[in-house]
Amino acid sequence: MKELSLNILDIAQNSFTAGASLTEILLTEKENRFIIQVKDDGCGMSEETLLKVSNPFYTTRTTRKVGLGIPLFRLAAEQTGGYIEIQSSQKPEDHGTVITGVFFKDHIDFTPLGDIASTVCLLAQGCGNGDMVFRHQTENGEVELDTRALREVLQGLPLSNPDVQLWIKDYVKQQYENIKM
Amino acid sequence: MKTLAELAQIREKMKDKVGIREGVNGIRIVVGMATCGIAAGARPVLNTLVEEVAKEDLSSKATVTQTGCIGICQYEPVVEVFEAGKEKVTYVKVTPDMAKRIVAEHIKGGKIVTEYTIGNYKI
Ligand SMILES: Nc1ncnc2c1ncn2[C@@H]1O[C@H](COP(=O)(O)OP(=O)(O)OP(=O)(O)O)[C@@H](O)[C@H]1O
Ligand SMILES: [Mg+2]
Repeated sequence: MKELSLNILDIAQNSFTAGASLTEILLTEKENRFIIQVKDDGCGMSEETLLKVSNPFYTTRTTRKVGLGIPLFRLAAEQTGGYIEIQSSQKPEDHGTVITGVFFKDHIDFTPLGDIASTVCLLAQGCGNGDMVFRHQTENGEVELDTRALREVLQGLPLSNPDVQLWIKDYVKQQYENIKM
Repeated sequence: MKTLAELAQIREKMKDKVGIREGVNGIRIVVGMATCGIAAGARPVLNTLVEEVAKEDLSSKATVTQTGCIGICQYEPVVEVFEAGKEKVTYVKVTPDMAKRIVAEHIKGGKIVTEYTIGNYKI
């Protein structure tokens, strides 16, 4: 992937597929670290799947069709000297998944974040009946989008409405402008 | 300034348009957004489709949504157009420029852009 914002879009799609009612995407920048966490309350992974996706070599060791999303996210983190961590549970009382990637910004192989506003509006479009919270904490301030707050205003007009989509994109862009030094 | 008040205005504007909340009538434009699609450039294609549909004021006529892997990874980005009573149209290896033409000619004009369809790629 050419931009980390594409990996984020991709990893969050897994949460939507898992039927999450809330997906949280948290980006935290501190000093030379860039942490991406995607947290959902979806169905969670079976032990077998969790083992497979936690294994860096799982794509080559199995003959069944497996995904590329997590391996590409892992690659993007590891090539900066970072790593990823996956926690997942299918227990009825606390089902869900947390995927965390730790990246080092000053590494030459750090992939730029890229067009994050495009990712955020498409996440709001893709989360279906679920909700999505995006939060990016930087040392200059914070950018946030919570679809629950938007739905209150929209009163049934879908988040996927094209005019709403454009509004979301500009709203996010504007917040980034405001925290730029 | 983008404000929540402006979002409320969008809601009010859309109120008068029939069929929009149901999203059942009209044309459905669907973009494959699994890893294969995203890596091949589906995000700017989807963003362009949304922009063009809004710009051409077609949002009461067409919805733009995303789906997982459509199963033809080598043809990504893939855009499918569904319309009641008509056969599905599958556009393959779509770029943002192609997406603009698809909205202008197919969604707005009602004429399939045959040269971009999967049929054109088959040997
Ligand atoms: N948030 C999640 N909740 C539940 N299961 C998940 C989650 N994320 C990943 N998985 C499981 O891990 C598998 C691998 O994910 P990965 O993103 O690598 O590939 P994929 O989604 O199957 O295919 P693609 O290449 O399109 O991403 C998924 O098929 C799914 O079973
Ligand atoms: Mg995936």
